[in-house]
Amino acid sequence: MKSVFASVFNWMDARLGLQDLLHLAQKKTVPVHRQTFWYYWGGLSLFFFLVQAFTGVLLLLYYRPGPEAYESVRQISFDTNFGWLIRSAHSWAANLMILAIFIHMFSVFFMKAYRQPREFGWWSGMGLLLLSMVFGFSGYLLPMNELAFFATKVGLEIPASFPLLGAKMASLVRGGLDVNEYTVQRFFALHVVILPALFLPLLGFHLWLVQKHGNALPPEEEDKPEAQRRTMPFFPNFFAKDLAMWLIALNILALLASLFPWELGPIADSLKPAPKGIHPEWYFMSSFQVLKIFGQWFPGASGEVIGMTLFTLGLVLWILVPLYDTSRKSGERARNATYFGLLALGILVVTTTWGYLAIR
Amino acid sequence: MSKSKTKIEKQEQDDLLSRRGFASAALGGVGLCYAAAVSYPVYRYLSAPVEKSAAAAAVTSVTPPDAVKLPPGKHMMFKFGARPALLIHHKDGTWAALDAVCTHLGCTVQYETENDRIFCACHGGIYDAKTGKNISGPPPRPLGKYAVTVSQDAVVVTREKQG
Repeated sequence: MKSVFASVFNWMDARLGLQDLLHLAQKKTVPVHRQTFWYYWGGLSLFFFLVQAFTGVLLLLYYRPGPEAYESVRQISFDTNFGWLIRSAHSWAANLMILAIFIHMFSVFFMKAYRQPREFGWWSGMGLLLLSMVFGFSGYLLPMNELAFFATKVGLEIPASFPLLGAKMASLVRGGLDVNEYTVQRFFALHVVILPALFLPLLGFHLWLVQKHGNALPPEEEDKPEAQRRTMPFFPNFFAKDLAMWLIALNILALLASLFPWELGPIADSLKPAPKGIHPEWYFMSSFQVLKIFGQWFPGASGEVIGMTLFTLGLVLWILVPLYDTSRKSGERARNATYFGLLALGILVVTTTWGYLAIR
Repeated sequence: MSKSKTKIEKQEQDDLLSRRGFASAALGGVGLCYAAAVSYPVYRYLSAPVEKSAAAAAVTSVTPPDAVKLPPGKHMMFKFGARPALLIHHKDGTWAALDAVCTHLGCTVQYETENDRIFCACHGGIYDAKTGKNISGPPPRPLGKYAVTVSQDAVVVTREKQG
């Protein structure tokens, strides 16, 4: 038995170079220090993405876009064995994935892991976050329930308020002047074909960069002499801990999905007024609230435009951080970048909380 | 002295091995539990339509709509559970209800009025239109036969006892 395994391994090794991969995994190390905990969050984001791919394919087996969208999700939730659980896991893991990516992003930001040579890691990661949010926005419409209907309506009003081509673009995305069955069909194509086709190669690039450059050290570790830095082997030590984190994540997901099954709500009806207290998902709450505030400060459509412009400028500044915080030393620029990060985190937390308080 | 030391070392090694064995067995067991906890809902989710059509196939009797109006020499297709079936009102006034799934490779068969026989277009199988017996071509078995009960206002097709 063992010799059969060995000869199969040798046959494959001669053609695929498996031995090199093993050596690579054995040689690879992960730094051990006070901030090592944050190294797990990229892996957790990946775990939730895998859950999304798996449960997404399962939902694809029964979901029907177009005019039957709501009815098919109703059948999945109430007529199909464990359909409620698969859908609930997909919705919960979507939220947990965005949360994990946010934690991953902020930990990378504050550890200054975007500096040379990891700029492309930062940019590909930001691309993955933005794609994930489009995933969330498009997936949210697919059940075509009341909340989805209004969320999409409001979400598409934002590009529509842009001067010149805004309204045309929004109508093209919607497939009509109002959210309708063509919108569901379009968002479905976006959600299951276009976004995965963009996301997967970008994810591959991101993971390849992580493999190429290894884990970044936070500045206080970098200041230490090499002899004082500690590491652990990637395989099996870090790998085992990574798996343990995935297991914890799976348990949390299973508890949330089964104890708090995702609701379906009533079917979308364009003649029904929006229900009181309607609000976007938490990861859009901050931008929702910022737009609301600016809408109150500058009445009329200009408020939205000013809010969106400021938001976009902040995002661009955020994405370009590897270009202006370049110094390895902890000088004034590095401190300013940290303050910028704290400001961004503060605005995010304050406006999100504000948003939730305002709808109560 | 050195001899006893190696003995203790060996003893320790044995303990370690068994502890390692226990740990990997326990981990394997937990892993199996997780695999089962994930696979069971997924399996049931995937098999939901299979369960539905199996439940539909469990019917023992069907009343094809408007079959009572079928004149002699005419035939109709109807659904017996999940399967297509063929109801023939022969010119001599007798009725025949047959499973319409060819016993060769599962195509749906058709009644040929002009030849008074059942024909499968996929590979040329031919069956007797009254008994469902396989007459020529590749089919290995006769078509399944149902019992027909005709009354004033309905034709009822029932699964025959011998299966």
